[in-house]
Amino acid sequence: MSVAITVDHALKKYGDNIVIPDLSLKIHEGEFFTLLGPSGCGKTTLLRMIAGFNSIEGGEFYFNDKKINDLDPGKRNIGMVFQNYAIFPHLSVRDNVAFGLTNRKVPKEEIKRRTDKFMEIVQITQYADRMPERLSGGQQQRVALARALVIEPDVLLMDEPLSNLDAKLRLEMRAAIKEIQHEVGITTVYVTHDQEEAMAVSDRIAVMSGGVIQHIGRPKDIYQRPANRFVANFIGQSNFLTADLKEKNGSCSLVFASGYMVPMDHVRTENRKSQEVVVSIRPEDLKVTLKEEPGLNAVVNDSVFLGMNTHYFVTLDSGEKMEIIQESTIDSIIAPGTRIRLTVNEKKINIFTKDGSRNLLEDSVAADER
Amino acid sequence: MNAGTKKFDLWSVIKLLFVGIFGLFLVYPLFNIFKEAVISPDGHFTLEQFVKFFSDPYYSMTIWNSLKVTVAVTLGCLLIGVPFSYFYSFYRLKGTKFLFISSLLCCMSAPFIGAYSWIMLLGRSGVVTKFLKAAFGIKLGSSIYGFSGIVLVQVLKFYPLVLIYMNGAFRNIDNSLIEAAENMGCTGLKRFFKIVIKLTMPTLLAAALLVFMRAFADFGTPLLIGEGYRTFTVEIYNQYMGENGTDHSFAAAISILAVAVTAIILLIQKYATNHYKFSMSALHPVEKKKATGIRGILMHVYCYGVVAFAILPQLYIIYLSFRNCKGSIFKEGYSLNNYISGLDKYLFRSIGNTLVFGVISLIIIIVFSILIAYIVVRRANVISNAIDVVATIPYVIPGAVVGIAMIISFNKKPLNIVGTMWIMILALVIRRIPYTIRSATATLMSIPMSIEEASVSLGTSKMKTLMKVTVPMMASGITSGAILSWVAIITELSSGIILYNNKNITLTVATYVQIVRGNYGVACAFATVLTVFTVISMIIYLLVSKSEDNVKL
Repeated sequence: MSVAITVDHALKKYGDNIVIPDLSLKIHEGEFFTLLGPSGCGKTTLLRMIAGFNSIEGGEFYFNDKKINDLDPGKRNIGMVFQNYAIFPHLSVRDNVAFGLTNRKVPKEEIKRRTDKFMEIVQITQYADRMPERLSGGQQQRVALARALVIEPDVLLMDEPLSNLDAKLRLEMRAAIKEIQHEVGITTVYVTHDQEEAMAVSDRIAVMSGGVIQHIGRPKDIYQRPANRFVANFIGQSNFLTADLKEKNGSCSLVFASGYMVPMDHVRTENRKSQEVVVSIRPEDLKVTLKEEPGLNAVVNDSVFLGMNTHYFVTLDSGEKMEIIQESTIDSIIAPGTRIRLTVNEKKINIFTKDGSRNLLEDSVAADER
Repeated sequence: MNAGTKKFDLWSVIKLLFVGIFGLFLVYPLFNIFKEAVISPDGHFTLEQFVKFFSDPYYSMTIWNSLKVTVAVTLGCLLIGVPFSYFYSFYRLKGTKFLFISSLLCCMSAPFIGAYSWIMLLGRSGVVTKFLKAAFGIKLGSSIYGFSGIVLVQVLKFYPLVLIYMNGAFRNIDNSLIEAAENMGCTGLKRFFKIVIKLTMPTLLAAALLVFMRAFADFGTPLLIGEGYRTFTVEIYNQYMGENGTDHSFAAAISILAVAVTAIILLIQKYATNHYKFSMSALHPVEKKKATGIRGILMHVYCYGVVAFAILPQLYIIYLSFRNCKGSIFKEGYSLNNYISGLDKYLFRSIGNTLVFGVISLIIIIVFSILIAYIVVRRANVISNAIDVVATIPYVIPGAVVGIAMIISFNKKPLNIVGTMWIMILALVIRRIPYTIRSATATLMSIPMSIEEASVSLGTSKMKTLMKVTVPMMASGITSGAILSWVAIITELSSGIILYNNKNITLTVATYVQIVRGNYGVACAFATVLTVFTVISMIIYLLVSKSEDNVKL
């Protein structure tokens, strides 16, 4: 039932304006796959190309081995959930859910059985006879989900389905969506600009920018070994510092402007040569110490106490500014103006080429090789 | 946007079909009028007709007369309508529903019945005139005829347009704006002019334009009550149909001038509205205050007075329809004689025609409007925009001009439909379709594209989606507009008067004919039947639209 989706050298233009220059990806059968990126990155455009609502200017789209480029949207057997739910306001909840089935000449009893089943799954059975205007946003979203699933589609497409909900409902619905997806086991393509949401629901994520996929991987890989500077910056927070990579007898170390040196033994073999690099350090991967030991010298500018963590804003001797997150301690917060030293966890930092386009470490995936 | 747009599909066929339909039934007739005006009988281009119009004050003053009377009517409507609407929106008056529905009825009644009823009251042999003469020796003379009569009748007919528009605008004023003004020491009349009117300026201008266009193109009123005060539209009619010396080319030339003036006014209003454009929506609408004390009494007197002036004459017509009558003289006693003699004068035929033409026209209008709205909103390209623009043209074309255009275009083979029901239906459709297209387009724009995509992705074909999803969702927006179109159709006079004959006569035209022939009693009977149909339609409208607050004319 579920299918694998292959996109091969997709091209999308609006007039002369190229939105997606050349995009390829493969989504596995039954996978929860998310397209993540800032607005205007082409993620919704790609989703709508898969759905058949956008024309395809070049490349091939496959469901398993079947080419779907010229197939009508209605014949692709997809279930789609829209950002604004797109519930038919003139039909009751039950009629909304049954809509796709009544158009397929499914026998009456069968329609009722399947409609009931999916209303049960998304927990809207008690609202079956209500009109949509009397439903909350979360309930409408459940109706939209049931309506998309009841036709037993090969693929479920979701376009920012949670962005119109309030924060609490969003958490609740994203858990529900993940659970339902697992239960039904359907290949799902999910579009969002919310990285936390993407992390929470996805098996794999494709981070997009400017119509180009920057990184495809599991949430953990994307966070810990981002493929390039854009991904490191877009997913979570990162501090970027320039430093030198020094190679000596095949082993590497990182030398910061202040002379602080960190041995790096997991640089990829082909990248082991002396060069200028960009180091990306997540705020929680820095350790603050007041003791005299090798590290980056800095002065605390300001601090924010957020309960579990305390954030420090500091300026390095080199003039670069950084943000640091430390677990709050029972001791007093370090006062502004205090001189501190920062040490890094060399396993967790990432180093990129000077232009930020490529991660130099082992077990990182470059954008062009997947 | 859509994968289907590039392909040659059903919608492309529909687009081409509309290009053909509008080309044949709208562009071609208008072109004919133009040709009639500027091509001399021997086939040369000439501006002779226009020269004739402007060089002879006898003709050129009609345009001036029309403008004068229309400006007076527009100002009059604002003067009556704005305070009415202000009292209506800001104070709790007694019987607001009654006030509103009565006003609406006056506005929707056939265009000349008001004129006729005022003649019956204040005309040369009107009941009030006679009474004043007999009791006090006061001679009213013929003051009701001409300029003042037209203004009186049209103001009472068109002020509800201002009322309806301004009610909507006043409802959109946020109470906090009023309070803020008061807080800074701006109260009373000062607040009304500096805040309330300024905030509603775009709507005020829109209402003024609507009144202007309606009054300018109105034809029945000046024809009946204008007498020596000759207006534009009447002159077109006289030149085309008049008893002495018709000149079709000259009528066509005046028609073109009429269209030009209307178009210019429209452009001025567009410009003025842009000048005042801002958006507003009230989080806290103004709460109606209680109308108490002497001010309250005055407000009630004012509002009920206006409504009484507007509606009582029309009730008087109904009363007269049951009076015995011989020719133009009403006699003692009551009977159904007027209705009975009406039977010989095509009463049933004209009722039947009115209903049949109305239903067919309305169906065509609704189907076309939905399709055009769909083409314009969902399949926008050069062709659909062109269709949209062309379909809006009738908005600026007076009914008499539509009538003449129809006659000169469809009086010969291969399409000889003059004198048949189809020419009437054609004129009705052309007259009314711009309004319905507007409301259908606006409704469709408010429906998100994703609703249709949802339906398509669920395996429904595009046509079926249109029928099962789009049209039902548009229904509520279209229905109320359609009923108002229906009322406008059954009370249409200006194009019908030029196109009718004994076979395709409608109720409105028949009423007018009886008035002109001096069969006053029978005319009253016809007018009463017409009023009954209008009232029934309006009641249905109010039931369907539920709230009187969203009337769109």
